[in-house]
Amino acid sequence: MSSKDTTPSIHIRRSGLGRARGLGAAKSGSATWWAERLSSIALLPLVLYFIVSVLILKGADQAAMAAYMAEPWNAVLFIALILALFYHLNLGMQVVIEDYVRHDAPRITLLLVVKAVIALLALACIISVLKLAFS
Amino acid sequence: MKDVREALMVGRNTEGKLVRRPLSPFMLPTDYKLQMSSGTSIMHRITGVGLGLGTLLFTAWLVAAASGDSAFSVVQAILGSPIGLFILFCFTLALFYHFCNGIRHLAWDAGKGFELPAMHRNGALVITATFVLTVAFWVIAFLVG
Repeated sequence: MSSKDTTPSIHIRRSGLGRARGLGAAKSGSATWWAERLSSIALLPLVLYFIVSVLILKGADQAAMAAYMAEPWNAVLFIALILALFYHLNLGMQVVIEDYVRHDAPRITLLLVVKAVIALLALACIISVLKLAFS
Repeated sequence: MKDVREALMVGRNTEGKLVRRPLSPFMLPTDYKLQMSSGTSIMHRITGVGLGLGTLLFTAWLVAAASGDSAFSVVQAILGSPIGLFILFCFTLALFYHFCNGIRHLAWDAGKGFELPAMHRNGALVITATFVLTVAFWVIAFLVG
């Protein structure tokens, strides 16, 4: 869009409904907003737990890491942290990308790439915690 | 108008002629002074994206631990190096900011603390808390073990 144009003209002949279609639903749009809030609330205690864990694991060797994750509650809380964290990150990154990348092709491509990377990172983290927990 | 999303940007004046609706300029420094509202808002985004990049480090830490002793000692050595510690310091700063300002956002969503004087006060509180928590974390980190 060139905002310098003072006299706009319409090149698309579509009805108001046709223009609105595909831009998102009026009634289900709040679901992701709500999911972002809920995941942030879940992250409040989990991040505090993570900070304490980092202080406990400071300078730890691999055996100490494995021993820590072998405690069931540590594995559970770490996996809960990983799920909430990457879910929240996914929603947050989506908002940022949708806000700043205007054109459809780069926006959709970037969204898919970022979502794929986030999903793979989350899986890698969970598998690592499980391997440490069960080794 | 070639993009459907521009539909709301174009209207008609009283003579029925198509006109471009006025747009307010972009929020950041070129047109507006940086304020508590816009400053803390953009910092929330920047720290959020920064923490997103930080998850790469988090993943590397966990994957290396699961891979074995040699991989984990390499990652621990990198994290303990001056550059590693600097990145970790930035990471904790971003984490505590996003954590505190996230609570502020949740309070706003509940309709609390959104009036202008309150918003300035809790914004200053978030910035102060970020530095206090970050310093406290690193003091404890150096005292422990």
